[in-house]
Amino acid sequence: MTVATPTLRTRPVGDCIWEIPPSEKPGMRVPARIYASEKLLGQMDRGVFDQVTNVACLPGIVRAALCMPDGHWGYGFPIGGVAAFRTDTGVISPGGIGFDINCGMRLIRTRLTESEVRPKLRELVDALFHAVPSGVGAHGFAQLTNAEFRRVMVEGAGWCVRHGYGWPEDLEHTEGRGCLSGADPEHVSVRALERGLNQLGTLGSGNHYLEIQVVRPGGVHDPQVARAVGVDGPGQVFVMLHCGSRGFGHQIGTDYLRRFDQAMPRYGISVNDRELACAPFRSPEGQAYFAAMTAAANTAFANRQVITHRVREVMASVFARDARELGLSVVYDVCHNTAKVERHDVDGEALEVLVHRKGATRAFGPGAPDVPDAYRTVGQPVIIGGSMETGSALLVGTAHAMAETFGSTAHGAGRTMSRHEAKRRVHGGRLVQEMEARGILVRAASKSGVAEEAGFAYKDLAAVVDVLHRLDISRKVVSLTPIGNIKG
Amino acid sequence: MGRYKVLEDMAFADSAFEVEGQDLNDLFETAARALAELMVEPATLETSIERPIGLSADKVDLLLYDWLSELIYRKDRDREVFPEARVRVSGTGPFRLDGTVRGGVIDRTRTALRADPKAVTFHQFVVAPVDGGWRARIVIDI
Repeated sequence: MTVATPTLRTRPVGDCIWEIPPSEKPGMRVPARIYASEKLLGQMDRGVFDQVTNVACLPGIVRAALCMPDGHWGYGFPIGGVAAFRTDTGVISPGGIGFDINCGMRLIRTRLTESEVRPKLRELVDALFHAVPSGVGAHGFAQLTNAEFRRVMVEGAGWCVRHGYGWPEDLEHTEGRGCLSGADPEHVSVRALERGLNQLGTLGSGNHYLEIQVVRPGGVHDPQVARAVGVDGPGQVFVMLHCGSRGFGHQIGTDYLRRFDQAMPRYGISVNDRELACAPFRSPEGQAYFAAMTAAANTAFANRQVITHRVREVMASVFARDARELGLSVVYDVCHNTAKVERHDVDGEALEVLVHRKGATRAFGPGAPDVPDAYRTVGQPVIIGGSMETGSALLVGTAHAMAETFGSTAHGAGRTMSRHEAKRRVHGGRLVQEMEARGILVRAASKSGVAEEAGFAYKDLAAVVDVLHRLDISRKVVSLTPIGNIKG
Repeated sequence: MGRYKVLEDMAFADSAFEVEGQDLNDLFETAARALAELMVEPATLETSIERPIGLSADKVDLLLYDWLSELIYRKDRDREVFPEARVRVSGTGPFRLDGTVRGGVIDRTRTALRADPKAVTFHQFVVAPVDGGWRARIVIDI
């Protein structure tokens, strides 16, 4: 069984902007726009073009269906997909958010330097590996009752801080202060609750990670903004984590995808890909999913908050200094799998839209709503996770992103090959040894999982970041290089 | 006994399978094996438990979706993985599955872990009769 995809005419309409006009596929309501250099566009698989044009067919979509430079074949939306739908006539689609609701990134700064961390790096990586469970079958240390877990769904990271798993200022540096409004546990199934109850504080597997990173000489691209976001300079150590709502969010996605699949005929909606199953946002089904999805988003904030607490405990123990003395403050926590009600300028009108970001990061510019006071003049920090071999990047959102991409940017490097192909090319155990020889210590729950995440399976992160910078949909601030990695 | 193969040119970040069975029972049992082998190395899982499972759905493809979703749910709730299944799929719509699954609890000190599936997707999801049996295409989000 192969899937035939016709060639879709893709034309340049600006520097690093490519457009597929509505005439290219029956049912397209708006154009599809892909943001990429010519080289990155050439690396994109055919699924990107097919999927972004399918998104352009969905009811209520405004302006264009977008794909970021890290785009690759996903399910429903491409990974890197962004689309805004009118809240009055548009739809909400689980395929535009992903099963891992509020998968996101958190960056924690330290006052430590690489020279202080190196001698204790193995001890640190081992301790973090044990304190933050990862991989299949992992249960977290936080044992919650059903009632407590329901509070987490509504209160998000705030619940954690109130229960001693964080500092009050962590919330200020989290998207939406770690708690999105509209969550309602009544729209969450018992199955979702059962899947998620024991997983608070776990990392997951796949491309999720907890990483010790360092700023290398030449890694600071904008010293002024770098200082504003807490980067002192080369040698400084950071901790980055990438994870989401775990089985709780996955089950909510499963429940509602199934429900929308059956509800669509009632609303006269047909889609090109069944994974784009959707419902009108204002319908009972649409509102129920939004309430459950928001509950999952809040548990994901809580998950990253609990992991932050564990990181602080471990580092305080390993370095025999208080976490505050070590300066373990949250730079920022940002989602890349969500749908949020926002107001954006569309054809000269300030329109309320539901912005789906699937493998795409919010990138609000200076002065925009929800940007923390500390960052109001520089823009919201954007954390872009690269491969475990090549590193990650910290950027800031821009005013131009608000106008061009509904305040959105890329989320990672983007895969260029399948997991199976990566495993065929390298053995996980050998890759761990090779990385250690290059100064990167890896502890993983699954050796095959390490092979799947090899650096060669991803695009060049620097090339993705350069395109974002050229497009001015986010500005590069700092490059971060891994020295220790914990994986599922 | 049915067979499955990995489809590499679909969904780079996820895992896609084509599963074939001589009948629906075989298809569902083989799909369960494919899912279990995605999660763990079965030889490192001590087979110690057997669970009955009963499901029903309006359409046969939704029954397969529910079947695999059920196994993913049990992986998270109970840490149980089931490489073996004996099922009987009956009906012409609605469809019903009754059977048992055999497997074990993930023991993180001895079970070789692979991927942690999040969900069954509807992306390019197909269940259809073919010459000599049934075939399904399944993309699992990992």
